[in-house]
Amino acid sequence: MNTKGYLDMELLRFTTAGSVDDGKSTLIGRLLYDSKSIFEDQLEAVEEASRSRGNEEVNLALLTDGLRAEREQGITIDVAYRYFATPKRKFIIADTPGHVQYTRNMVTGASTADLAIILIDARNGVVEQTIRHSYIASLLEIPHIAVCINKMDLVDFSEECFNAIKEKYIQMAKKIHIKADLFFIPISAKYGDNVVTDSENMPWYNKGTLMNLLETISIEHKSGGDEQPMRFPVQYVIRPISDKYPDYRAYAGRLSGGVLHVGDSVRVLPSGLETSVKAIMEADKMMETAHTPESVSVLLNDDIDISRGDFLVKTNDKQPKISQNISMMCCWFNETEMQNRKKYVIKNTVAETIGIVQSIDFKVDINTLEKMEGVSSLKMNDIAQVTIKTANPMVFDAYENNRTTGSLIFIDPDSFETVGAGMIIE
Amino acid sequence: MSYKLTHLKELEAESIYVLREVAAQFEKPAILFSGGKDSIVVTYLAYKAFFPAKIPFPLVHIDTGHNFQETLEYRDNLVKKIGAQLIVGSVQESIDTGRVKEEKGYNASRNRLQTTTLLDTIEKYKFDACIGGARRDEEKARAKERFFSHRDEFGQWNPKNQRPELWNIFNGKKNMGEHFRVFPISNWTEMDVWQYIYQEKIELPSIYFTHERRCFQRDGQWLAAEPCMTLKPTEEVVTLKVRCRTIGDISCTGLTISEAHTLEDIIEEIAATRVTERGGRADDKRSETSMEDRKKEGYF
Repeated sequence: MNTKGYLDMELLRFTTAGSVDDGKSTLIGRLLYDSKSIFEDQLEAVEEASRSRGNEEVNLALLTDGLRAEREQGITIDVAYRYFATPKRKFIIADTPGHVQYTRNMVTGASTADLAIILIDARNGVVEQTIRHSYIASLLEIPHIAVCINKMDLVDFSEECFNAIKEKYIQMAKKIHIKADLFFIPISAKYGDNVVTDSENMPWYNKGTLMNLLETISIEHKSGGDEQPMRFPVQYVIRPISDKYPDYRAYAGRLSGGVLHVGDSVRVLPSGLETSVKAIMEADKMMETAHTPESVSVLLNDDIDISRGDFLVKTNDKQPKISQNISMMCCWFNETEMQNRKKYVIKNTVAETIGIVQSIDFKVDINTLEKMEGVSSLKMNDIAQVTIKTANPMVFDAYENNRTTGSLIFIDPDSFETVGAGMIIE
Repeated sequence: MSYKLTHLKELEAESIYVLREVAAQFEKPAILFSGGKDSIVVTYLAYKAFFPAKIPFPLVHIDTGHNFQETLEYRDNLVKKIGAQLIVGSVQESIDTGRVKEEKGYNASRNRLQTTTLLDTIEKYKFDACIGGARRDEEKARAKERFFSHRDEFGQWNPKNQRPELWNIFNGKKNMGEHFRVFPISNWTEMDVWQYIYQEKIELPSIYFTHERRCFQRDGQWLAAEPCMTLKPTEEVVTLKVRCRTIGDISCTGLTISEAHTLEDIIEEIAATRVTERGGRADDKRSETSMEDRKKEGYF
């Protein structure tokens, strides 16, 4: 057996968005089923559950809707993670509910995605929810968007219909400044056309199936390229304090941008002290180089004061910002509203500080994408531009340049819940 | 051209990051160690995360008293090898002190009773984060689990009101008496775990490989004919070549008839199998949402 083939696969994380009846669960069921990732006992359990609910057809949605309340109400409440693999790649799907009230789930699922599948019902075309989902995908800087025009079987597999929707989507994408690469695929999730196998019903389409796209799309960590600025937030200090390692001190963390080499000159932020890299360790293995997003530990040539939340950056790289005033696009998650002047715990990478809301600059009407000014609070699922002032200087990049060092969360200081997410502008 | 990580490298990097977050954010974390392959992988990842320092968490084993001898031996050897502290919570003790009542009948299992012993152990040692080897691909309720999963002061999980978890920012803040369950290998599949064990040459308890064992069949599953099991008059004991695909306590661990001697054999067997790993677990078959129900109460 070729075990090697299994060991060097790549990993693609994607998210799915669609309106309630666009056939999202059917599509996921189809991807899992056609890639043989559904097991017999799972299928039996779903068949049994479908029968006991009086459904005539096997309801593939029951595969992803795992919680009792979801199964009872026939809705998806929470982000569900699904896994499947083909001989080429391993995939993680963040399946997010399409209901209006669950913007926060889509933002959550989108935060780690390399690609978003946006489903459109061929009979309805681009609707309000399509715009909303595309806007969120774009806000979260997902690099690739696969627009799947589904239920082509219900419009006689019409090329005109597909082209009209594609045209409309491209116009909309221009209007809301979507930067992602766009792909358009006409599919029928129910019958499998262009999902895993080419459609015989649509000979006019020859750009490959959805699975083909998922298997071949590039998974570059945008911020991880050789030419990108190196970012290393210090997560933990390893000090064995043992007879064998009396003075050992290594800085553990996950590379969040660029590449780090032994010998590189580095600067500690926010203190500004400089030193150079003595060694890079991956557990007990010495490395010459560390890449994004590897977890390593770094030994330095000088003994300087560094603690959790500090950054190591290369002295000759573009430097991150260090500031106490931060503007961002913010998505609010909690029933308790965000109030102007209120204090929150702010977490960016592993650093933590207190932040006070200085101003809510404008709110985005998620349906029309118009800016609304003069807002003093944010409700659950609101998206707005917000400016905060932090108690301590924060080290960060713009979110569009680095999704790891440019993101933050708001934690309510009383309930400790995660109440909001921010994508830093500057 | 930028550098490409393999899926195993990326999963490993993510898990090590999570383990280091636990060490940084909590005062008294522990690894829930069952002796199964998933908790073995988690312990191995913790070894990597903090090398050359020792793992900064004790291993906590909730012992149902119905464990395979091979698992216990493996556990004791591992603890010695890595110099970790071992804490054992005993279900037998919970029964003896009247904290829980032993189930009766042929299908009696101590699986559910473990929850009380686990919560008592957490309270006794004041653990504020318990690291587990659960994976999202195992079970539909687990598919909704967070990396950092909040538990209230009764140890309960509230799946309908979970904290959103974005990017790689983990919020471990909590009130006194509450705790977290942390699942560093959430994103791994059964196949990933086996590939990783193969790649890293991690040692496993011998019962994962084929061996001869006295077994009997119940509800289409092969179970071990150990003294703690009560056989129905119609159930016949036979000796078969079997292995465990997952290890729980004896009463709920289904055995797979297998000739797999090596890790390569196991990977090949799993690649061809059409039944999920937990398909062999009697504890999941009690109802459609039995995992969710147990998890809400504070189960692993």
